[in-house]
Amino acid sequence: MSVWHLIKGYTIAVYFFMFAPVAVVLLLAFNSSQFGGFPIEGFSLHWFYALAENEAIVRAFKTSLALGFCTALLATSLGILASLALVRYPFRGKEFITTLLISPVLVPETVLAVGLLIFLRWLSIPRSFLLLLLGHTMIALPFVVLVVQARLVGIRKEYEEAARSLGANPVQTFFQITLPLVMPAAFAGALFAFTISFDNITATIFWRPSGTETVPTQIFGMLRNSVSPEINALGFVMIVITVGVPVLFGSLARFYFRRRRA
Amino acid sequence: MADTTKQFDPRPWYLLSPALFAITLMIVVPMCFILIYSFYENIDLAVDRVAFQFGNWQELFTDNYYHYAIWKTLYMAVIVTVIAAVLGYIPAYYIVHTKFKHKWLLLLLLIMPFWVSFIIRTLSWIHIMGNQGAINGVLIWLGIIDQPLSMMFNEFAVIVGFIHVFLPFMILNVYVSLDGVDRNLEPAARTLGCTPWQAFREVTLPLSLPGLGAGCLLVFVLTAGSYVTPLILGGPGDFLFGNLIYDAVITELNWPMGATLSFALLVILGVVVVLYSRLMGLNQLYKAFE
Repeated sequence: MSVWHLIKGYTIAVYFFMFAPVAVVLLLAFNSSQFGGFPIEGFSLHWFYALAENEAIVRAFKTSLALGFCTALLATSLGILASLALVRYPFRGKEFITTLLISPVLVPETVLAVGLLIFLRWLSIPRSFLLLLLGHTMIALPFVVLVVQARLVGIRKEYEEAARSLGANPVQTFFQITLPLVMPAAFAGALFAFTISFDNITATIFWRPSGTETVPTQIFGMLRNSVSPEINALGFVMIVITVGVPVLFGSLARFYFRRRRA
Repeated sequence: MADTTKQFDPRPWYLLSPALFAITLMIVVPMCFILIYSFYENIDLAVDRVAFQFGNWQELFTDNYYHYAIWKTLYMAVIVTVIAAVLGYIPAYYIVHTKFKHKWLLLLLLIMPFWVSFIIRTLSWIHIMGNQGAINGVLIWLGIIDQPLSMMFNEFAVIVGFIHVFLPFMILNVYVSLDGVDRNLEPAARTLGCTPWQAFREVTLPLSLPGLGAGCLLVFVLTAGSYVTPLILGGPGDFLFGNLIYDAVITELNWPMGATLSFALLVILGVVVVLYSRLMGLNQLYKAFE
């Protein structure tokens, strides 16, 4: 029995290791001190106001949000179509195609970034928002495919077949039957894609046009061996967004589908 | 003959074509292109010339600086993978076997770090181990030390940062694998006379190896391909192979060398992935998402 307690204690310690540092950032965001670290001198919202007045940060924030939404839209569209093919149809070479779709995960992001950058440069296409968008879409696509595919397996094919046999054409069937059924999977995939894009730094550093910053690259640029209190506040906001948005969307989606079913 | 043409159904290919087109154009072609580009010649900052020469590759194979970086990258990746496996296996085992009512919460918390910004999680260690960090603060307050201990900006900090970020991948993969193991097997082994440790070692552990393997592969590849963590948490001497790529492309604007180094990293990690898939198959990697 005591072995089990050891395992339990160990697990708690590992969870503590995973979450304590994040909790410290959340806590220090409210520290009134001029410095980003300990000790905590008092409670203050000062650094959040400073954040809102910092134009560079606000601009980076808008870039990141726009990029995240566009990536989610694009990656989810591509991902749903591909997943439908993989789940719904038997065809030759499926295993190879699946590996190809997943391949961006297996290529180190640094290599992916340099490859695309140098290729586009050779085509004389300069770094742009579009490069960031296409690149982020590629990075997010495998995850969208995996998530959407896993959900699609659970949706029965018979609904679509019934619609077809009742005279709906393939396009009607897709928009009226398949798409509503796939919506929860699409939401999950889109959220995943948004989070991946919003968080990406490794490839973004290579792809961003000079002068364009996303939130992670902005934070990276602000780090100078110490963490400024503004970064803590920014971290707080980012965590609220990347944890809050999925939770919000998740409950919205649940509400929406419950109402439809009723 | 006529039968097979009849059976060919173009619909899945219509659905796949946008994604396959994008991947071919933006992943496959660029990966081939960096190989070609690695033979180009760098003349000046951001200026290069079409050529077919082996200068970049020769530099990579003869310069000890690069050898050291490759060695250090593999060494760091192995250390991070081993520690992550040891740290991650036991919590996964606990989550599978616990009778705790809110097991879903433990699982949710496990996925949560994926939602929290990578850069925030990485820099948070400056608050823990830095000179004004929590550990030094507590030790000074307790009077154990009077000067802050220097724990940051070294190899140790980089390893801690990596483990912190990649550990959830490991736990999740092991969890998926362990969850699929029949719960009756361990008690059965016990009734046949095994000690609990034997039952675990001879039955459960081997059955969970695919998940452990998938977790290890992910952590290894992710670590070996990184460059941001050493930049934030490491000192000047803590660089991985990815940092050389970053330096070549961003700082020195030596694009052909950047292409050469990228292709070399791709090959090194490609060998690891291929060896692994021969051994275990890649299917397990997808399971964590289901």
